[in-house]
Amino acid sequence: MSFPWAKHYEPKYALTKWVDERLPLPRFVYSAVGGGYPVPRNLNYFWNFGVLAGAALACQIVTGIVLAMHFAANGAIAFDSVEHIMRDVNAGWFLRYAHANGASMFFIVVYTHIARGLYYGSYKAPREMVWLLGVVIFLLMMATAFMGYVLPWGQMSFWGAQVITGFFSAIPIVGETIRVWLLGGFAPDDAALNRFFSLHYLLPFVIAAVIVLHIWALHIPGSSNPTGVEVKGEQDTVPFHPYYTAKDGLGVAVFFLVFAALIFFAPNYLGHPDNYIPANPLSTPAHIVPEWYFLPFYAILKSFTVDFILPAKLWGVLAMFGSILLMFFLPWLDSSPVRSAKYRPTYRIFFWILILDVFALGYVGGAEPIARNVIIGQIAAAYYFAHFLIIVPMVSRMERPRPLPNSITEAVLAKHGAHPVPAE
Amino acid sequence: MANVDTAVPPGEDPAPFHEAVSDPRRRDFINIAAVAWAGVGGAVIVLPLVNQMSPSADVLAQSTTELDLSKIAPGQAIKTTFRKQPLFVRNLTQKEMDEADLVDVGTLRDPQTLEQRTKAGHKNWLITLGVCTHLGCIPLGAAEGENRGQYGGYFCPCHGSQYDTAARIRKGPAPKNLEVPPYNFTSDTTVTVG
Repeated sequence: MSFPWAKHYEPKYALTKWVDERLPLPRFVYSAVGGGYPVPRNLNYFWNFGVLAGAALACQIVTGIVLAMHFAANGAIAFDSVEHIMRDVNAGWFLRYAHANGASMFFIVVYTHIARGLYYGSYKAPREMVWLLGVVIFLLMMATAFMGYVLPWGQMSFWGAQVITGFFSAIPIVGETIRVWLLGGFAPDDAALNRFFSLHYLLPFVIAAVIVLHIWALHIPGSSNPTGVEVKGEQDTVPFHPYYTAKDGLGVAVFFLVFAALIFFAPNYLGHPDNYIPANPLSTPAHIVPEWYFLPFYAILKSFTVDFILPAKLWGVLAMFGSILLMFFLPWLDSSPVRSAKYRPTYRIFFWILILDVFALGYVGGAEPIARNVIIGQIAAAYYFAHFLIIVPMVSRMERPRPLPNSITEAVLAKHGAHPVPAE
Repeated sequence: MANVDTAVPPGEDPAPFHEAVSDPRRRDFINIAAVAWAGVGGAVIVLPLVNQMSPSADVLAQSTTELDLSKIAPGQAIKTTFRKQPLFVRNLTQKEMDEADLVDVGTLRDPQTLEQRTKAGHKNWLITLGVCTHLGCIPLGAAEGENRGQYGGYFCPCHGSQYDTAARIRKGPAPKNLEVPPYNFTSDTTVTVG
């Protein structure tokens, strides 16, 4: 499970020795995130984002547990209980802004983490399971974030719940029955609010459990690295602690600086003013959009405007879910044996086009549905699928990659102007 | 002398870290400073997480209660609330006041006279929390027909504490007299508690 040169935990004191013989938890931690986990020596700052995602989840769980002490999951008083948190509860404004913006921080970090995986080919053998579990975590995050957004029971909460559960009504024949079952009614109300609260509290702990599997699966082959070349020997690695605890520590500090800037200077910048209007089942807001982190998917949903064999509504929902489920197949769509885009000149260009494409989708997702935006959205959505289903498989077969370094150490030394020594 | 900033010759691994050949004081300083600063940040963030559990502004705003005494006849008591706790307001009869005054204060568990427990000129108005000082049950005796215990004051049914007509603990496990909340007469028949 680890490299043969990994250091072993050696308890120094009688007490730690006594504990280790009975419950080797410190040994487990040492081997997972301590000096006993050898990590490639050349990781760049993009490798901080896994730890940052963990930090974001921890912040969400802590602030969420605290908010749940004051929130009332009842349609009649949910909105007021949130205002009560903002006005009356000691530091309640801070805790709620931290939770709301913490969700945005979590998604910023996770999107960067996913983009890192796409650029450096982290999804490729032997780390496919790490990637698959990551997609599961992402899906769970989306469900959790959506249900959390419903809880304040403002206009966007209510209509968000209406629209998202409306996706299920696109399913032929049984769709409407499923929607009514999900809501526990014909429109969002107490029943829906209560079950969303229950699940919103549950799912983060499910996410934490899947993260354990994600890290477990990662530690079987060990971390990848920016060259994509596997570790060949002890000279290619450094112990996780202190080298990457220190590097991650710096990343965490920067993360909290950005997080604090959002909380204290622009707490509502990423939100919608409409959600400070209490839910009104008889009036839809003029311009209803999801939170920013769902906008690219929302754009894909909106791109289907004509019926083609199936109704446009069903196409939109299928495409939206498909755009994420597609990720499960990525390790097998990309057959290039070279992982890192650093050595894949053609793939690298298409990677950046995909990033631009996703930003375009994000723009269209939040924009008014005028003709120009609909067309941009349709092109961008088509390109998104083309990237994964056509471009990636073709590029991986046709591209001529640049020569790979013989080892991580060789790459590191070459970068610092030294002459590579023959492989030992 | 090698230190952490010395370039590693090509093809060689960095020399193992030895206290003697490096610059331990500088490295230790950075380490301690960084961890200590993170610790300060961690401690500061705990403050709102703990303090959010203290009474919120709307709860603190409930901390005064206005009372109208004009409808309470001598010998009668009413139960109302102060900070969501039961509040006993009792109009003592002359007999009850005499009984309370006859007790030798020195023999009491929590020595107080009736004067000390009431306001000057309003000795008949005994205003106390209806919270037994043992474990917080509501003693009986405020409502008509309830058991007032062998001292004619209040009787706590949970563990048998007995209070006299000045609501002082006389028998049973309770350690203190029933608490007198802060209050003022705003007129002869109105009181503001809190």
